[in-house]
Amino acid sequence: MDGLDAAITILVGAIRAGTPLVFAALGELIAEKSGVLNLGVEGMMLVGAVVGFMVTVTTGSVYIGILAAVAAGMLMSLVFGVLTLSLLTNQVATGLALTIFGVGLSAFLGIKYVGTPINGLKPLDIPVLSDLPVLGPLVFGHDLLIYISFALFAAVAWFLYRSRAGLILRAVGESHDAAHALGYSVIAIRYMAVLFGGACAGLSGAYLSLVYTPQWAENMTAGRGWIALALVVFATWRPGRAMLGAYLFGGITIMGLHVQALGFEVSSHLVATLPYIATIVVLAVISRDATKIRLNAPASLGKPFHPSA
Amino acid sequence: MQLRLEQRQSTSRAMQYATPVIAAGLTMIAGIALFGVLGTDPFLALYTFFIQPLTSLYSIGELLIKATPLLLCALGLSVGFKGNVWNIGAEGQLTMGAIASGGLALAVYAQDGPWLLPLMLLAGALGGMAWAAIPAFLRTRFNANEILVSLMLTYVAVQILGHLVHGPWRSPEGFNFPETRTFGDWGQLPILVEGTRLHAGVFVALLVFLAVWLFLSRSFQGFKVTVAGQAPAAAAYAGFSNKSVVWVSLMISGATAGLAGTVEVMGTIQQLQPVISPGYGFAAIIVAFLGRLHPVGVVLASLLMSLMYLGGESLQMSMNLPLAVTGVFQGLLLFFVLGSDVLVRYRIRLVRTHQTEPA
Amino acid sequence: MTPQLDLREITKRYPGCLANDRVGLTVMPGEIHALLGENGAGKSTLVKIIYGVVKPDAGEIWWNGSQVDIANPNAARALGIGMVFQHFNLFESLTVAENISLGIDPGHDLAKLTNEIGEISERYGLPINPHQHIHTLSVGERQRVEIIRCLVQNPRLLIMDEPTSVLTPQEVEKLFETLRRLASEGCSILYISHKLDEIKALCDTATVLRLGKVTARCSPADETPKSLAEMMIGSALPVTKKSTNRELTEEPLLELRGLDLPAADPLGTHLQNVTLTLNRGEVVGLAGVAGNGQKELLAAINGERLAPDKAMLRLDGRDVGRDGPEERRVQGLAFVPEERLGRGSVPEMSLTANTLLTWHHKGQVKRGFVDLAEVSAQAITIREMFDVRCPGVEAEAKSLSGGNLQKFIVGREILQEPEVLILGYPTWGVDVGAAAAIRQAILNLSATGAGVLIVSEDLDELFEICDRIAVIAEGRLSPARRTGNTSIEELGLWMSGQFEAAEVSDAA
Repeated sequence: MDGLDAAITILVGAIRAGTPLVFAALGELIAEKSGVLNLGVEGMMLVGAVVGFMVTVTTGSVYIGILAAVAAGMLMSLVFGVLTLSLLTNQVATGLALTIFGVGLSAFLGIKYVGTPINGLKPLDIPVLSDLPVLGPLVFGHDLLIYISFALFAAVAWFLYRSRAGLILRAVGESHDAAHALGYSVIAIRYMAVLFGGACAGLSGAYLSLVYTPQWAENMTAGRGWIALALVVFATWRPGRAMLGAYLFGGITIMGLHVQALGFEVSSHLVATLPYIATIVVLAVISRDATKIRLNAPASLGKPFHPSA
Repeated sequence: MQLRLEQRQSTSRAMQYATPVIAAGLTMIAGIALFGVLGTDPFLALYTFFIQPLTSLYSIGELLIKATPLLLCALGLSVGFKGNVWNIGAEGQLTMGAIASGGLALAVYAQDGPWLLPLMLLAGALGGMAWAAIPAFLRTRFNANEILVSLMLTYVAVQILGHLVHGPWRSPEGFNFPETRTFGDWGQLPILVEGTRLHAGVFVALLVFLAVWLFLSRSFQGFKVTVAGQAPAAAAYAGFSNKSVVWVSLMISGATAGLAGTVEVMGTIQQLQPVISPGYGFAAIIVAFLGRLHPVGVVLASLLMSLMYLGGESLQMSMNLPLAVTGVFQGLLLFFVLGSDVLVRYRIRLVRTHQTEPA
Repeated sequence: MTPQLDLREITKRYPGCLANDRVGLTVMPGEIHALLGENGAGKSTLVKIIYGVVKPDAGEIWWNGSQVDIANPNAARALGIGMVFQHFNLFESLTVAENISLGIDPGHDLAKLTNEIGEISERYGLPINPHQHIHTLSVGERQRVEIIRCLVQNPRLLIMDEPTSVLTPQEVEKLFETLRRLASEGCSILYISHKLDEIKALCDTATVLRLGKVTARCSPADETPKSLAEMMIGSALPVTKKSTNRELTEEPLLELRGLDLPAADPLGTHLQNVTLTLNRGEVVGLAGVAGNGQKELLAAINGERLAPDKAMLRLDGRDVGRDGPEERRVQGLAFVPEERLGRGSVPEMSLTANTLLTWHHKGQVKRGFVDLAEVSAQAITIREMFDVRCPGVEAEAKSLSGGNLQKFIVGREILQEPEVLILGYPTWGVDVGAAAAIRQAILNLSATGAGVLIVSEDLDELFEICDRIAVIAEGRLSPARRTGNTSIEELGLWMSGQFEAAEVSDAA
């Protein structure tokens, strides 16, 4: 029973640690499926995290905080959209700019909030169900946002592969010229996809600062936005695999902590490098299969679109 | 009436020079607005941010000290960006350069001589190159995205540095502070001007500037990098190997970033600490774009960026505003640089329309 | 009778050119109407206006007796206008049915649509499997998808933009049958082409455009190809001069020997056992429908993809299969690639820099540094000798017109005095004058003893300048026939891959 308990603790921990990645990766996946590569996930997450935190402190309501984080993420992605979609800037450079801006802005906004305690979002306590052995903690013991992440996954998967709007989105990402010639509004569709990505990144940031930690610290995302970007590639642009990958990475993060807790003499600094090294290794392994990438990656990913051209 | 972008027949030279100035101007305006919102006197704040750091010999020395690592990193990055090789891990390569050169200085502690100085510079460059070789190898061998790999390695490098200064390399005389010994005399760059901290690292940067300029404007290899960046299919047609362009770009930017870290620890810090760079490697990305990926432009941009770091400090000291203002300005500046770039390739036209656009 | 479509005084101006200048065009119901004109005459702009992709600056569009404003392609489709573009608007990773679904108005059932596709495909002789992914289809099949996409909406007007360049001669015949059948059911057809014999064979009436203006309206049946050409270009078609008494020697310059190369791109073509000999002073043409391995073959000959065995490719007697492009160039190979902008040239670089792109092995680079004066002098020579019209050699490649840029690229390659010159679609999308100049330059080069290999879809062009012609189909190469000993019909059969039984005796 001890082994089982430990396993459940690790699994639940992996889900919790993986949830911000799920949000961010699903949002980026939709943006990329429409053909837009937004490297600003990290920046949007940070701004979402700090805004969510500030609003929670000010209003006393975590829920309003979460909504504010979503709005902040969308606002950030709107900046990105205006630059890349309307002003046709380079998507890679603009995404980097968004991250640099987000790092600076969030540090600036959050300076008075470092160390402020809040009451984060607590796990739902469903009578009876939450107390079930195994299933209780694994299925019924989570906080609201984790259930929202499940629902979001289902919605994204349904949207992409079962709805006409999803078909149009995939078509725009595959060939914006053809979609334009057929009369689809490439720019408007991409704006929506980018905004959705921003909303998800904001939500992801809110999860970190309002649920996972819960507190605000400068640069608290610690590269999770970038890992989410890598996850989209690992997943070869499929939501199911992105979700699994997110939990896997959550698991790796948790493992590091558990290794130390078990009393092994490992430098905490070196343990902290694990998720990054794992990202690099998996990225190399997946990218190796050029055929798979070629057949799954949206063909016009990262390419600017100008209707008259 | 609506605004519409119209493609120019050929890129506008005038706009190529004008856009960085336009971007700097827009950043200034945004700054006024930002300070206004914060309730501080915007003009006093701007004066404190942009002018005050230039009013003493000491602070001009500081300006050059901070511009040095920025310039070094940005010169290397601009080569890669021209070739469409997106090394965004200069911060990590900088850290590795510092670890390599600092490690050398610590290893020969108290037995050094004049030979140590060039050897540390070499070790730093090699350290940066070794760190950049990882994304180069993974990209050319496994097709792994160099953006993500180089960035992930930045986090790894910073953790390794943290591990070293907290553990094996911690100074025995340091009262348990996480820092190494101060390097020996030959492990430090000489001071150039009395009364300032300005050290000989500036010369290293100038030499690298000349080399990169020559490389990009005159060398055939530099031409290959540019072609690969602008038109990959044309590069393949001409037989310019993409793999070699990736390697050359990453080796150059790795070496310059490694040198930046080395110069920083040899000249300014003189030991290893958990944090040796306030994000020079990332700010250098902005510097490279603001300088339009041209070495001369990059020199000017690195001075402006350095001024922004100093301005942030000066605001913090005299007006009690958070240092993070610098980060906000950096981001805004890059947005404006990228956004105004549209003027180079497109003309903005006001068109009368009575119908809606199909797009 | 009310015209189905009536354009009045349509004008459209782009920066630097007047694409349509008060153009009028009338198409009657059930009529097959040709829109004739050479590249750059303004045909594409005009049809994009009809289809709502481009908005005219002035003029009126009348549809079935009432004036309309076609704001976008959806509006055009709602009126009953369908269009098959020259560049297909298909999504490779989606299925046929999904592609068709995307091209019609929402609110239909995909299963029902799939049935409908089956019916139409049978009725009009356009066989297709609705569940297949586009990337598995041949170019001809893709065109069928485009046509069916229009037909499921019961169009009143079908616009076909240069539809035959991607078809074999036999497929062209089938397409014409389909179109005639549609016209007999009352659908108007606007047929855009610059191929005079096709227009004579198919169309009832024709409107001729030149430099954005209507220069003639006629019944093609009453005209000769010569008179149509004069309306189209304002003068007689230029002819190239082939030196008549050339003796072809059997001295191989380029030999492909059983070249076998799996596709690098998963959507590409596998080259299988490709064998071909190109002799001194000879012009060999390679016909075939696009997407049958032309791109892969050109890349393999250029050295962008190395052969598995160095003996599979021989250049002037040396095995070069494992040499890269630069090494092959040093050994006398030159190549005009299939795409001008972005491959044959770097769009945002000057003509000088674009000269250096392939011309750097003859003293232009010294100890790793470029001798800019030397390169610039060469660029000036190319510009003068090949009549490249541009402000100067510092002009960016993208600022040149298609014809001038192509003349520059061809000039750059020919002036390197290659032993072997390879050209991919050298006159595609080029105006008649530039095309004639390019053909003449090719013939002149071959007269000096070089071997020339031309990959092209334009059979007329190949018959005009080649000594021998072979066909590439699905990555395999047919035997090469002397131009006088073959016919369009035979090449057409070969294009669909039916050359297993062909005799090899005629090769060389």
